[in-house]
Order: sequence, then structure tokens, then C-alpha cells
Amino acid sequence: MAIELKMPALSPTMEEGTLAKWLVKEGDSVESGTVLAEIETDKATMEFESIDEGTVGKILVEEGTEGVKVGTVIAILAGEGEDVSAAAAPADTVEDVAGEGKDVGREPSEAEITQQADKPEAKPRAADPDIPAGTNMVKLTVREALRDGMAEEMRRDERVFVMGEEVAEYQGAYKVTQGLLEEFGPKRVIDTPITEYGFAGIGTGAAMGGLRPIVEFMTFNFAMQAIDHIINSAAKTNYMSGGQMRCPVVFRGPNGAASRVGAQHSQNYGPWYASVPGLIVIAPYDAQDAKGLMKAAIRSEDPVVFLENELIYGQSFEVAQLDDHVLPIGKARTMREGSDVTIVSYSIGVGVALQAAEELAGQGIEAEVIDLRTLRPLDKEAVLASLAKTNRVVVAEEGWPTCSIASEIVAICMGEGFDHLDAPVIRVCNEDVPLPYAANLEKLALIDKDAVVKACRKVCYAD
Amino acid sequence: MAKAATPKAAKGAAAPSADDAADFALRSLQQALEKQKRFKADGDDLLHFYEQMLLIRRFEEKAGQLYGLGLIGGFCHLYIGQEAVAVGLQSALTEGLDSVITGYRDHGHMLAYGIDPKVIMAELTGRAAGISKGKGGSMHMFSTEHKFYGGHGIVGAQVSLGGGLALAHQYNDDGGLCLAYFGDGAANQGQVYETMNMASLWKLPIVFVVENNQYAMGTAVKRSSAETEFYRRGTAFRIPGMEVNGMDVLEVRQAAEIAFAHVRGGNGPVLMECNTYRYRGHSMSDPAKYRTREEVQEQRDHHDPIERVKKDLTEAGVNEDKLKEIDRAIRATVAEAADFAEQSPEPQASELYTDVLVEEY
Repeated sequence: MAIELKMPALSPTMEEGTLAKWLVKEGDSVESGTVLAEIETDKATMEFESIDEGTVGKILVEEGTEGVKVGTVIAILAGEGEDVSAAAAPADTVEDVAGEGKDVGREPSEAEITQQADKPEAKPRAADPDIPAGTNMVKLTVREALRDGMAEEMRRDERVFVMGEEVAEYQGAYKVTQGLLEEFGPKRVIDTPITEYGFAGIGTGAAMGGLRPIVEFMTFNFAMQAIDHIINSAAKTNYMSGGQMRCPVVFRGPNGAASRVGAQHSQNYGPWYASVPGLIVIAPYDAQDAKGLMKAAIRSEDPVVFLENELIYGQSFEVAQLDDHVLPIGKARTMREGSDVTIVSYSIGVGVALQAAEELAGQGIEAEVIDLRTLRPLDKEAVLASLAKTNRVVVAEEGWPTCSIASEIVAICMGEGFDHLDAPVIRVCNEDVPLPYAANLEKLALIDKDAVVKACRKVCYAD
Repeated sequence: MAKAATPKAAKGAAAPSADDAADFALRSLQQALEKQKRFKADGDDLLHFYEQMLLIRRFEEKAGQLYGLGLIGGFCHLYIGQEAVAVGLQSALTEGLDSVITGYRDHGHMLAYGIDPKVIMAELTGRAAGISKGKGGSMHMFSTEHKFYGGHGIVGAQVSLGGGLALAHQYNDDGGLCLAYFGDGAANQGQVYETMNMASLWKLPIVFVVENNQYAMGTAVKRSSAETEFYRRGTAFRIPGMEVNGMDVLEVRQAAEIAFAHVRGGNGPVLMECNTYRYRGHSMSDPAKYRTREEVQEQRDHHDPIERVKKDLTEAGVNEDKLKEIDRAIRATVAEAADFAEQSPEPQASELYTDVLVEEY
């Protein structure tokens, strides 16, 4: 019986890839373990091995084809005596691959919607005062933007170095440090053992000793092992020393839910770190901010927690081609202007907010979207100014509701913007449960566009 | 009880192998120390050690009094009995180059740098003139001028931070080293071993110093530690160990000379265990019921580090009057520091909001 070979998912978040090269041709017989093809993603090139034995009957996707969706049938393996040469070319529809990391038969999760439908990215940021009119724009993934930001600062300042698990020879677990070892060498791009508490302490101590370390956590979930150094050593020492001790360290890595990685690997630490005086906490959404704020973080004299998001790493955004473009810490940005309701968000939630705003526009409600960008210090003036304009606020946060950034925004709006409020502020957050693994439950637990739309309609008394 | 140094049993006469050579490297520093245990100090050195140790003793006694009077609050960990460790080690440092970091029992290390006792005592009383503007307290004092990096309250955290200071020395290729002190209690913290692993892997210029004062708060070493010989604990990371009598300033100094030369030679870290004894409780609020009065008295009577150097001075021909004169001067210095600490004003209320962040955003 003929076996369909499908485009494999090489990681839990892979959506599509390039079929770089076929290593077999039609008529070749293969056995289990034979390398069939090379598959390329923006992170890596991987070999695709056959699980079954048989004869390559028909190759359906030519080598060099880009954007092949996970689950697409790329070839047919014929059993003994079978003729599959008449097999149809691949359909556009993607089939379910049960048991693969990517369960494509289900409804896409919110995170994936953000990835696929990140249409707002292409819009020039007309209202961005940080970018002069007429600036040439290039498309960059967030991953590249972060790397470029680090590399520029490493070129500028000899004291800047990167340390963490797999940052050097492996090129980064999520490929954010790709190419840095080659350019800067092992002295400045340091692979550490898997000992978060120890290397976070070493990074913090190196900052106290006058260097400018960038400490990468493979994800912020693992930084809980090191949170003592982030809070007790890095954040408090300047104060405890009466201003003598400096600690200009950047702790960075992916934060928040990824895709189907379960409760221990899916958590947003934004509210945790944002509650700590002595820290700067940055959580950018798009590539421009990722780069400009990374540069600002590295230059800051204060310890910075820089929260990235794995699901946005591969997304492309327009980035201004400017020399040494450093963005201000502590300044929110208006992503979309509107007059009826303000949606406040940060990180991956901004994508959700922008989709909701698009949908609301079709319903006659103009939403203003504010990207906080920095969680500490929080730009409350920007929130209050938008509240004064729209009189209604919804907070969209990919994280738990209790003691969240959303809670903080609610408190600010009530305490300092009460007279402008025409409706209670609503928090749209993840469900108050550990993140489940099952695809349907995970989707139910995370924020999505529909929930934001519903909340906005509610504060506008539209239903 | 402080242990006497016990030389290891000689190995059998088997032919030397590569393993033996590696094992020898781990023991070589201790063997160098066994050859000559005490630093050959001249009269000036001895007097200087005596003065510094006595200053720490009298300062800490006064701090204990001020605590009793309610002038010092919170936690206050006294260094009485352990003076030879900080003085012996820090006297061997290159000032302005090498860095030092320790835990919360940090008054002695500050004083061993020659930092003005007034600003240290004023920090203990929480005054604006304190070295941390009164915002750190007993456990959180720093002097970047002397490359003294604190003063850390989380047990064991200073060891990883010290690894970072050593990384900075190596990165800058400045020839400096980091001296990272921790106690027998901290020696059981996981991050200490994470740091030893990386320090040895990267050959960082760091000397790990276990100040084994025999008790982690109220828990005797043998009740908390499967391996009570802390100097052996670097073996798993190929870090040579040294076992040092921390009640003898000249032995500590000699050990420092050997360890520092090894580290400065680019050979990576050294783990030095200084066996010592704290006469007072863990902190001021500790009644120390976990040990007998006799045990403490035995240490005071027969192992006191200050008495020991006093004996050395007498043998070197320094007369009693000279020592008395030093004692008087130190008492005056400490009294002056206490007066200053008591009389100087508390921080302004506006200081509450300063030094949280360096920059404005």
C-alpha cells in the first residue's frame, strides 16, 4: 500500500519550511533511516528520514520549493509492485498529522493566528515619532532583529558579551544568537553548562565587576532557578549600597506560552519581574522594538529583564534602516489610533489586539491599540491619555489574570483616570489554570481575538 | 571545635601514572603549605596584623554593645574569633586590583581593608553617613573603591557573584583575582558547586574560601555535611584544596601566598578551607545553646588568633608597653566610631527614593 510522505514539523512551532533538497529520486528504493530530503526553516536545516521501506514512487514537491506547509504530502512511497506515478500533485489543504508536534487538523491556536494573520506588520508605522519620514524599511524577523541589536552593541562596546546555554556553538536554542560566535569569538559568546542559578550569578557578578553581560535563558521558565540573582543580587544592590554598586546586566530569553509545551514551559513572568523595584522590564512585540529596545537595554546602567516570545521570533516586520537606532525605555507606543475604546497590551498580546481592532472596525467600533513595550517603568501617561480620549479600556494580556499587568492597568485607570471612565476596565487574560497540553484545552486557556472583541463590545455597550 | 590540620597518609609505592599526576596537582598546594606552614613575617607585618585583628575584635565587641542598646537593629553577625582569616588573606591581595566578596558576616572584611570604622559603624546604626547611606545595614556594605563587592545576605549567592568578578578579571586580562568567602553552611548550597564547575572549566582566577566556623547558625558541621572536610569538595571539579588553620594569621597568610600564586599563574581556582571558630552566636539574637560554654572557652583559652600573634610579637622582642599603647589607640578609635555612629543623623526621608535605578526613564 502506498505511503504518503508529509512535510514534517521540525519543532513545535514550525508552520512551514523550504524543501531544500531531495536526496532520493523517483525509483530509488529506501529503507527505514534513509535520508530522503533536507528541510530548511528560518532556524535550521534538518534531514528528513524515511520511517518505512519501499520505493520512491512520485515526488510531488520540487526541491527548492519555499513555504511548504507542515503536513503537505511531498512524495509517495510505493510498496512492492505498486505504481503510484499517477498520484495527484499536492492539494493546498493541509492534512492532520496525528502524533506530530503540530496537529494541523485542529483549529489553529491563538498564537498561530497571530503568526499567520499578522497583517498589521506590513503597515508603515506612520505615527511613530522615532522614525523619520522617508526612512528606508527592510523586513526582518524578530529573531534577526534581536541578534542585530546585540551584534551592533557588541561592535560598539568591548565590554558587552553573551552567555547562556547553547548560545555559541549551537547558535542558540532558538537561533537568536546565530552567527555571533563567528563574529565575536568564544571569549564574548560563552556557552554555559545547564546551571541557571550559577551562571545568572556569574553574569550578575561580571556586571558588578564592570562588564556588560547579556545572560540568555533558554526560556524564562528556567530563570526561576536563578530568580534569586535577578531580584536579590541584580535589582537590589544599587539601592543597598547607597548607589555605589552598578549592575548593568541584561537577562533575556523567550517568555510566555509557546505551543503545546505544557505547563512548566509556558508562563508569562512579566508581572513577576515588573513588581520588583530596581529592575527594568521590557517586553517588545515587533522587530523594530525588539532591536531598538535591545540596544537600549544593553546600554542601560540598570539591570534589565528582556522578555521575548518564541511565537513571534519567526515573524517578519518592517524595520527602519537607521544607524544606531536606540528606542527609549519606558515609553509605550500607539499601534493603531481609534476613538471608541483603548486596548492596552504588550508582547504577543499586541498581535491579538490588532486583529481584534481590525474586526471591530468592520463592526463600526474604532479601537486604539497601545503597546506598553516596557512593563517597568510603566508608561501610565500613555494609558491615561488614551483613556481620556476613548473613555473605555480593555487590557489584553497573554498571562494569568491574578496580580497581572492587566490588574495594574485597572488600578491605574481607576485611581488616576476615574473621571474619564465610561465603563469598568476589563481584563482579557489567559484562564487561571496551568497551561494544558491538549490542543483544544490549550486553545481554550489562551487569550484570543474573539475574547478581546467581546470585551471591547461590552465596554462600548454595543450588545 | 577547630580541627588540627591532618596530613594525608602517604600513598603506596606504586609507579606514578597520569592519574597520580592529576591527583598530585590537587594536593600540590597543600603539600607546599605543609613544607612551610607559617608566613615569615617581619616585625612590621606582625604589628600590622595584630592591630587589624584587634581593631576587628574591639569593633565587634562595641557593635554587640550598641545592638544591646537598641542602636543597631535587625541582623548583626559578629566576626569575633575569625579575625585571622580576613586579615591573613586580605593582607596578601594586591590592593586596587583584586576583588573580594563575602556573605553577611562582613564587618571584619571591611575593616581588614582599612576602611574607616566610622562609616562602617554608622551603617550599622542606619545613619546617612554610613558607607551605604544607611540603606544597606550590617549585611550590605560595599566599597567599590577597594574592590570590595559586599556584603550579601543570601547564603551562597556571593560565590556565584564572585565567579562573575573573576570572569571580569579574566575578560579584562588585568591579572587580578577574586577572593570569595563563604561559610560551612553556604558550602552545602548547590550554586556553590555550579560555580566551582564553571570556574574550573574556564580557569577563572578565583580563590574559594570556606570560613569553617563549625556551625551553620545552630547546626554543627557534622550534622549537616556528609563530607566535613570542605577542602576536598573541589576534587570533583579538579580544583586543588587546602586545609588551613584559620586561627593562625601567619598560616592563613602563607596559604594565601601559595594559592594566589597558583591562581595568578592561570591555573584556575583554588578551594581553601580555613578552620576557625566564632565565639559569639550566629547573630545577636542567637543564645548559642547548641554548644557548651566549655567548648567556647577552650577555643578562647588555647586557640585565640590575637593571643597567638601577641605571643609571636613578644617572641620577636616587641615589649608589652607597645602592645598596650596599640590597644589604647584602638579602643579610642572604636569609641570614636561608636560616638559618630550614634550622633550622626538618620538619612533624609527623600533618600527613600534615591538609588533605586541609576538612570531616569
